[in-house]
Amino acid sequence: MKILVALKQVPARDSQLKVDAAALWLDESELSFEINEPDAYALEAALQLKEQHGGEVVVLCAGPERATSAIREALAKGADRAIHIEDDSLGAYDTLSLARLLAKAAASEQPDLILTGLQSDDLGSGQTGVVMAEVMGLPHATIIMAVEVDGASLRVKRELESGWFQHVRMPLPAVLTIQSGINKLRYATLMGIKKAKTKEVKVLTASELGVAPAATVRLQSIYQPQRVKQTQMIEGNPAQQAATLVEKLKFEVRAL
Amino acid sequence: MSGILVITEQTGGVWHKMSFETLAAGQQLGRELGLPVRACVFGKTTPSADLAAYQLDGVIAVEHELLEQYTADGATAALTGLIKELQPDYVLLPHTYQVRDFGPKLATRFDRVLLSDVIAFKVEGQSVGFERQLFQGKLNASYSSAAGAPVFVSLQAGAYRAEALVAGSAPVETRTPLLDASQIRQQPEAPFRESARAVDLSAAELIVAVGRGIKEEGNVPLVQELAEALGAELAASRPICDSGWLPMERQVGSSGQTVAPKVYLAVGISGAIQHLVGMKGSKCIVAINKDSAAPIFEVADYGIVGDLFDVVPALTEAVKKARS
Ligand SMILES: Cc1cc2nc3c(=O)[nH]c(=O)nc-3n(C[C@H](O)[C@H](O)[C@H](O)COP(=O)(O)OP(=O)(O)OC[C@H]3O[C@@H](n4cnc5c(N)ncnc54)[C@H](O)[C@@H]3O)c2cc1C
Ligand SMILES: Nc1ncnc2c1ncn2[C@@H]1O[C@H](COP(=O)(O)O)[C@@H](O)[C@H]1O
Repeated sequence: MKILVALKQVPARDSQLKVDAAALWLDESELSFEINEPDAYALEAALQLKEQHGGEVVVLCAGPERATSAIREALAKGADRAIHIEDDSLGAYDTLSLARLLAKAAASEQPDLILTGLQSDDLGSGQTGVVMAEVMGLPHATIIMAVEVDGASLRVKRELESGWFQHVRMPLPAVLTIQSGINKLRYATLMGIKKAKTKEVKVLTASELGVAPAATVRLQSIYQPQRVKQTQMIEGNPAQQAATLVEKLKFEVRAL
Repeated sequence: MSGILVITEQTGGVWHKMSFETLAAGQQLGRELGLPVRACVFGKTTPSADLAAYQLDGVIAVEHELLEQYTADGATAALTGLIKELQPDYVLLPHTYQVRDFGPKLATRFDRVLLSDVIAFKVEGQSVGFERQLFQGKLNASYSSAAGAPVFVSLQAGAYRAEALVAGSAPVETRTPLLDASQIRQQPEAPFRESARAVDLSAAELIVAVGRGIKEEGNVPLVQELAEALGAELAASRPICDSGWLPMERQVGSSGQTVAPKVYLAVGISGAIQHLVGMKGSKCIVAINKDSAAPIFEVADYGIVGDLFDVVPALTEAVKKARS
């Protein structure tokens, strides 16, 4: 089966985030980037399905030139090839037009299954996969914890709230949005890294795909959240901080 | 109609509590914009009569055999018809897992983007700004809608308070949507729980919770010792349980347990919303984190900015001393 994995590159998790001068995005000059966490799990799920059923894993990524490193990493882990929609102005695309862009590139591949992460760490809109499914006329399911393929249909485990789950069946082709932590991520081997250099990365532009940016919603500004709660910050060296906290827990909170 | 349509959520006659938060948000937005507010609930049968007790301009029960079990295709089809007919200016939804599943699809039917997980409206005259979090709560952003009605918005858990809901009376009507079994591609099975929960964290007086700041499984005992010294239950953020470093039943958050102890001590936890919803109700929250900008400090009563590998052992010592 042919599995497409939509993969986004986002600022590394523990980054110090600095808002840029226009307050419209981050100052990226000192940032390092990584594969969006749930997307890494989506890739792993795809690689495992390929091991079980054979076929091909194709990575689809829209992003500027820097996203090449995320694509190479995915190829090194075992993806067969990649499509890079390389564009510096993806900020002008809202979720709908970005999903249309991805869907356009995906459609020409005619995949059996499309996996996305359930949410990007940066924008966090949690909908690109679902919108892709709707645009492509495919069934979907979200927050997926396990994927079984049998013949032309799927049985997936959806996460519900408060520790509940549910199995859902649907026909292929379909789109699934994958939850973090559903499997154990593999590392790229030295061999894998070497092989990745020879794998195909098709570079497309948004204009080649014929999908113009559109913004039904607009980002107006980015800012530091205002703290509503008065937090008592406890200063000093660790021993002093510990002693002060114990005092507070004993006499202010009366919990000790 | 113009106005606001609030889409609520229920399963088998049991309300999702975020339905009421979203209704409260709808009422507030309605007051600020001078717009009528209607509520909708869908299912095979629905507890729509409950909604008649609130100040609303109408309650619409969308009921159909094929809506007995939730499916993304069924919900989308049923609600698309209703929205086309009512033509609301705003469609508000609770940002539940179910809405994550169908909300974006529904908005796409109208060539709109769902403004998801919104934490506040900023109304100025007739224009509305929508505040959302970016980077897992590390930054906020203000969005506007550029395409006009209908504007689809889902609201974060806890963003609006159900207690603010104004009582009143509302007429209830029932509609039968045009639905056909062939439109629904998902076949859901019965929901289930993974394990009988041996640990009930909701009863704990004191909780020490550990997050990814702990780095390795081998370091977890460091926090466990602190919990033992305090006589506290040990809990964790999701990645710790995903990695198998602590059992799932110790996970706090939207997919784990909801707790409200006297003291919740968060060690190396960033404070993503899905974690916060599970512990925000704690009487006293203490956070230890090396990043002074971590969102956990927004809900903390006491904060220590520092390296947990220095602070936690010192704290364990200090607790033992205080206890002896
Ligand atoms: C649908 C959905 C459901 C989810 N359900 C849940 C849920 O139920 N529960 C849950 O917890 N999460 C849940 N999540 C995940 C959630 O979004 C976060 O990813 C998760 O809570 C992050 O865990 P963390 O804070 O431990 O890790 P991180 O976000 O990686 O934070 C680690 C923190 O440790 C700090 N740190 C690092 N080193 C040190 C050190 N030496 N000393 C002190 N501090 C240090 C860092 O500054 C950082 O703030 C869910 C997500 C989704 C999308
Ligand atoms: N620029 C992109 N390129 C490839 N995939 C993307 C891109 N943006 C979002 N996605 C996919 O859509 C998922 C959800 O993103 P979002 O809707 O932004 O939360 C991500 O986890 C990715 O799998």
